[in-house]
Amino acid sequence: MLIAPALIGFVVFAVYPTLRGIYLSFTDFKVLSPPTWTGLENFQRLLGDQVFWSSLGVTVYFVVLSVVIGMSLSVVTAVVLHRLTSSTVIRGIIILPFLISGVVAATTWSWMLDSQLGIVNQLIEQLTGEPILFLGSRAWAIPSIALISVWKSMGYTAIIVFAGLQTIPPSIYEAGRIDGASELQMFRRLTLPLLRPVLAMVLVLTVIGAFQVFDIVAVTTKGGPANASNVLQMYIYDKAFGQFDFGYGATMSLALFAMLIVITFLQMRLMRASESDTN
Amino acid sequence: MVSTALGRPEAVPARKPRGRSTRRFSIGKGVAWLYIIVILVVTVFPFYWMLRTALSNNYSLITNPGSFLPVDFTWGAFGRVLGIASAEQSLAEGGSGASIQIAHFLLNSVIYATVSTVSIVFFSTLAAYAFSRLRWKGRELMFSLFLAALMVPGILTLLPNFVLVKDLGLLNTFAGMILPGALFSAFNIFFLRQFMLGLSEEIEEAALIDGAGRLRVLFQITLPMTSGPIITLSILGFITAWNDYFWPLLVTSDDSVRPLTLALAVFKQSSPQASPDWAGLMAATLVAALPMLILFMVFGKRIVNSIGFTGLK
Repeated sequence: MLIAPALIGFVVFAVYPTLRGIYLSFTDFKVLSPPTWTGLENFQRLLGDQVFWSSLGVTVYFVVLSVVIGMSLSVVTAVVLHRLTSSTVIRGIIILPFLISGVVAATTWSWMLDSQLGIVNQLIEQLTGEPILFLGSRAWAIPSIALISVWKSMGYTAIIVFAGLQTIPPSIYEAGRIDGASELQMFRRLTLPLLRPVLAMVLVLTVIGAFQVFDIVAVTTKGGPANASNVLQMYIYDKAFGQFDFGYGATMSLALFAMLIVITFLQMRLMRASESDTN
Repeated sequence: MVSTALGRPEAVPARKPRGRSTRRFSIGKGVAWLYIIVILVVTVFPFYWMLRTALSNNYSLITNPGSFLPVDFTWGAFGRVLGIASAEQSLAEGGSGASIQIAHFLLNSVIYATVSTVSIVFFSTLAAYAFSRLRWKGRELMFSLFLAALMVPGILTLLPNFVLVKDLGLLNTFAGMILPGALFSAFNIFFLRQFMLGLSEEIEEAALIDGAGRLRVLFQITLPMTSGPIITLSILGFITAWNDYFWPLLVTSDDSVRPLTLALAVFKQSSPQASPDWAGLMAATLVAALPMLILFMVFGKRIVNSIGFTGLK
């Protein structure tokens, strides 16, 4: 039957691992020895794990920075492009960073942000005389990683928003103009409400993606300095593959998963709740 | 009709705007264009900087770090990265002496990305056909279950999938890297099913009446009509697989099957902290990005439209 391969893939590599992941999070699985059931021990450990809470904080900080900056830039870019030009070339250039891997982007930016020879610091030094330790200081590590992440994904998001804008019939804007609305008014009263479904979807996807940031961190800071950029996925990877503490790694994955579900649910509710009062 | 986004909305009506030509010189438009130009420059500059650095002599980079042109122009960095340059040559130009066997990793990446993409798109097409054209018991239930899988983020299944691949003895093989993602993609199935539901069934029914088998109808009639979305999903799948980092990192342990993205990260992490071979690194990143850039040159318009298209579904 035609569905068989997909069904096998679904059961073996999606359902089974999900259930097994939940099971493992209640065990002390260390890869080499078979798992033993330890009940809620991992979850108690989680509650008292300082590093976990600090890396949750770091992750949330990253998510907020990258999503807020990324979404604002994407929406503005999409709207401006939509009003100015339909050039596919410009839209093409804007998604270039999406095509390359996080590793390539992170390597290039760690060179550009290098404290001694990086071009960004060359320019900053000429202006202020002081270089900024972008990836080497506690204060700048997460903002720098967020910047790289925004650079990489902004165009991609903008193109999706742009496609959403194209579905809005131009006649609505004509009507707005006849009524004497300014560009800013039309943006707030027409574009944003009409874009809500697209924005809701993009927001949910970006937040979920941002919570699982890994490759940029792995290449630029490896979680340092002193855990300042130790995002959750980095910590989970370190626990599971650095210290072979798979049971605990699974527990943290499960916790992250639970948080994502709650956040997605809340976002959906918020987006829907505010729908009625704008029309 | 108001043309300026910023300020003086009352100034326009006096000179009776005639469509676009009068709007062209407004301040709002100028600011908007300026914004777009800044965005474009910030987007493109890192690519230029890769090229500029890759064509520089790594030793000389220190002497003129702010130069916008390659410092002490040389192809040496590419030579080092591709393993053409001798050890003395590379040391003389500031290389670390270490090289990265780009050709080998490039081949690994091509195998990984191609097999993954072809397989997942093929199996998704079969499943989408079954969901949109065939009638069978439990179809709707199965489809909702598949959709639920869209909600589960990778992080939950990554560790258990690693254990599974390990138990199957497939660690550090292409099979282990490819298999977990090769059979089932909720998004692909959903996307193709939606498209197939929109196709007219008449031709297919005619063919069935003429005695063609279901498989023959699928491959000779439905498949060609679905080629647009299939190409879209293939391009996006290929990009994703090519840039994939986390999963290959988990399941590979040495260079034999590692894809280029991973090798590049290892190369970056193993370069000396004190004075890294930035020219070599940038040459390597360029080579790693090149296939995507070529794909972009060929399919640029298609990629742009694909992304917008998939985003709206």
